[in-house]
Parts: sequence; structure tokens; C-alpha cells
Amino acid sequence: MPANRFNGHTDYGIGIGLRSPHYHHILTRKPVVDWFEIISENFMIDGGRPLRILDQILEQYKVVQHGVSMYFGSAERPNREHLRRLKTLVQRTKTPWLSDHLCWGSVDGRYTHDLLPMPYTFEAARITAQKIREVRDFIEIPVAVENVSSYAEFHVSEMTEWEFLNEVAERADCGILLDVNNIYVSSQNHSFNPFTYVNSVPAERVAQIHIAGHSKYRKYILDTHDHPVIDPVWKLYARAVERVGHTATLLEWDDSIPSFDEVHDEALKANRFLASASLATAV
Amino acid sequence: MKLLDLQRRMARAVMTPLTSSKRMRRVAPDGRSMRGVANQIIKPNDRLTSVERLEIYNRQYWFRVLAAFAEDFPGVRAVLGGRRFDVMARAYLIDCPSRSFTLRNLGSRLVTWLQKHPAWAGERQNLAVDMARLEWADIEAFDGLREPSLKPEDLAGANPAKLRLRLQPYVSLLALRYPVDELLREVRKDSDDLDVASNTFNERHKRKRVTAVAKLEPSPIFLAVHRLDEDVYFRRLDREEFAILSALHADKSLNAAMNSALRGSSIGLADRAAHVEKWFHTWSALGWFCRPQKYVVTFQAQTESCGRAKIYE
Repeated sequence: MPANRFNGHTDYGIGIGLRSPHYHHILTRKPVVDWFEIISENFMIDGGRPLRILDQILEQYKVVQHGVSMYFGSAERPNREHLRRLKTLVQRTKTPWLSDHLCWGSVDGRYTHDLLPMPYTFEAARITAQKIREVRDFIEIPVAVENVSSYAEFHVSEMTEWEFLNEVAERADCGILLDVNNIYVSSQNHSFNPFTYVNSVPAERVAQIHIAGHSKYRKYILDTHDHPVIDPVWKLYARAVERVGHTATLLEWDDSIPSFDEVHDEALKANRFLASASLATAV
Repeated sequence: MKLLDLQRRMARAVMTPLTSSKRMRRVAPDGRSMRGVANQIIKPNDRLTSVERLEIYNRQYWFRVLAAFAEDFPGVRAVLGGRRFDVMARAYLIDCPSRSFTLRNLGSRLVTWLQKHPAWAGERQNLAVDMARLEWADIEAFDGLREPSLKPEDLAGANPAKLRLRLQPYVSLLALRYPVDELLREVRKDSDDLDVASNTFNERHKRKRVTAVAKLEPSPIFLAVHRLDEDVYFRRLDREEFAILSALHADKSLNAAMNSALRGSSIGLADRAAHVEKWFHTWSALGWFCRPQKYVVTFQAQTESCGRAKIYE
């Protein structure tokens, strides 16, 4: 589903996250990049250098917004100030779609600044879907929710994570940002088959795919975005694009960030899988 | 268990301070057993107990907020020293957890908190407060709103007795007891050097910084923290300059601001006009004044914002 209603009927290729260590390289060398993903919160400000740089990037590149603190799964109502600033930024970037995580992170007005896992209950699905609808109605562009890496599961859960994701996406009628690295990380932490997850996601709702690296510890894996993508994650990615087609793909690299070229080259490895997907579609 | 109840329980646990060895506490400050809380809500797996899984989030929370806070206040860290700063930061974040969707605002209550809790800074309370004010003003200047600047034609035919000038929202005016601007520059230079220097070089610079902090004597300064070409600058102001700008910020007319600021000034009557002209020339060149409201109605409607400059005395 290269272009669908959840990604604004766009046909984006392979992008990378826009990160400050690369600003100078991008603005001076003007490398060919299909698109950049920005962290919305970094630019939900009133002025200054970040917005000036963003405007320079926007003159030359396509940009998609990705948020980290809307907390669709938090039981409290959306923060109006957050929504207002987000909409202002959407108008600036003209992002065709907007994504944030299927998680929670704030309660009673206090923010943890983490992507905390959801209890997979029908009540949580209902509340989360309602919030996604509210945000989408305010922002007025398609919204995609991203599955997160998790390190804990709750006793109260009534379904699997992928069932919960599908339940929320159906109820909210929203898109999915499928993070195959997060699926891999969670599958290792919770001992499930990651391919079952990928095979269960409604392909027609996938607006975008994330790939990334992670860190392995003795008893669990942490989603650190500070390494290249490992082979098992590429295999999951291959299966995902086999199911969903040539979909906008983004490499996340947020810590120990190497040179621009190294990050971009790592992202472009996705091409070999996307090419196969395109070929399969053509046949 | 309802969603809100589960989230409240987990958030309380996640935000519970770590032990000195950066592990999860066995007992929360309110007497709850952390193991009990974890067992109630989180499943164990074949490698980790419920409490170990909860601890991953507990540690991540504190590592994240402490790192973000330290990044924003390297000057306060230099004043207090690393160990004392870390203890103070934990205490601050327990009292003032984030209430914003962005970590940018994590330190927004530090100045008030430090003033209310002098014990955390000890003998360096005043110095620490001054530095915190400067570093918060720096954050505000970095990404504050820039409104359209005043143009000479905006003043055509204006009556000074009625004319009111507004400062840009990103400008902060600070009356400080210590020359912390110099100290912060030194601290920043030091951390820039750390990126490239050898260990011996680093140690020498650390000693130099410690000496600089130890020797810093009270010496009142007036400062404008502002932005030019998207870089933040600290500009020292004369006492009268500060007074005029502060009065204008307080919505006094130009005439009233000048009269109150120059009353009792040590600047001789004959020299005042030249000083005032020079100051206004500088402020205008730096773009510190906003266009009068009548010209910016459209702009404000677009931004839905009418930020104000900050003044701290």
C-alpha cells in the first residue's frame, strides 16, 4: 500500500530522522534524500534557530512529523496547548500525515517523558481510539499510531499487543506506523513470534515503517536507536514490505549518531527489500 | 483495574527516586513496598521478576530527566559541584516533576524552587540562584517568539508622553548579584574544550573552573539576555539602561520611563541626551522593540500568541 489514505496518498521512499549533528552537512552538501522525519516536539516552539533550520530544510526536502509525547493511551484528555502548537507546526511543514506512539506517558498532568506500555484491554482501546480521533479532528490530517518497544506486560491485559493495535486502529480508523525493530525488541522481551505480529497487522492501514537498531542486555533488549539494523529486523522488514508493499520507510538513529552518510547508507539498505516488493506488485 | 488507576500506580512507581546506587528502592517514600506494587500490575517472565521489569522504567525515567536537567544547567552544576548538583537535581525533580509535554520546560521552576529551598545550594545560594536565572533566560531567548521589529516610521509623529514600547518576548532583563555571565561563558568554553582535549588538559581546565567559581565575588550587574541572528547573547547594561527598559516593560510611557530611570542618575545632565540616544540606537539595531500593536494584529492572529519580555530583579 505505497499510497493510502493514512499517509495522505503519498508515495514516499526511504527517509532518515532529521538530527542536529547532521544539520550542517544537509544544509551545505544538500544530499539527495527522499524525505526527513522530524520529532515534532523539537519544533513546537515560538522561534529561534530550530525553526529557521527547519524552514531551510523545508525549502528543499519533504518532511514528515513524528511525535513522542501526545500519549494517545494516557487516560487524561489531550493537552490543548500541545494540540495548538502541533497544529501550528503541521501548517508550517505541510506534513501529509502525522504519527505518534501507541503508549501512555503522562497522568494527572505529570509527564514521564517515556513511552510507557499499554495494558491491552478493551477499555484502554476505547479511550485510546477516542483520543486519536480527537487529535486527528483537530489537526485535520491523517494520523498513524506506532507500536512501541516494551519491557513489561500487565496482568489486566485481555489480548495480545497486535490484537490491541488492530482494535485501536479499527476503532479510531487511523493508520499504523509499523516499527519492525520495536516488534523484534518486544518479541524478545515477551517471548512471542515477531512474524505472527507482522502477519496480523492490517496491511491496508500501514502508512509508514520504522527500522532501527537496539542494544542487547543479558536479560532483555533495550530500544536504544544507537546501532545499525540487525539481520533479524531486516527479515521482519522484508516480510512487512512483502505484505504491505513499497511503503515509506524511515531509519531512526538517535544516540551515538554517526556521520550523515553512514546513517543514510544504512537506511538505503531497505532498497533491496522495497525493490522486491515493487517487483512482486508488478508481477 | 481501570486504565487511570493503573497509570497512576505505575507513574508513581516510575517516578519514585532511585537509591544512591541508582537502583529501584525496595520501599517507596510513602511506605509502599515496590515489590508489592510491581506484583500487582506487572507480569513476570522467565528472565525477569515483576519488580525487575518495573525497575527498567524507573531507571529510564530518572536517567532521562536528570540528563536533560543537567544539560540545561551546566552553570548551576559548576557553581554547586557535580555531587551537590546531582542531589539538588533529584530533590528539585521530586518536588517539580515535568508538567509539560516538552523536556525544554523541565527547569522552568528552578529559580523559584532554589529561592524557597536555600539548603540545597548552601553558602552558594545567591550565586546558584543568579546562575539559574541566567540559564533559564538563555533557554527562553533561544526559542522565544520574535515579533516584527519596530521601524523608524512607526514612531513618526508619536507623542513621547503617550508612546509605549514593547520589548521582544525573547529578551530577558536580569539584575544579578554576581557576574555569572562571565562564569557561564567559561563553563561553556570548558565543556567545548572537553570534547577534544586530553585528560591532563581536562584536569587543568576543571581546576581553573573550580578556582573561577571559588573566587567569584558579588558584583552587581545588569544584563539583557537576547538573540541576534538566532544566537543567544548576554549584554551588560548600564544601571540607567536597565531601568529604562524595565520601566518600558512595565508599560510605562517613554517619557515616564526616562524620567524615573534618570532620576538620581550619576550621569551628568549635559551628557544624558547623548547616552539616551546611544542606548536607543543600540536597542533598535538589536531589534529589541516590537512594532506597535496596530501593525501586528495580523501577525498575532496567526501565532495566537502575545508573549512578553521577561524582567527579573
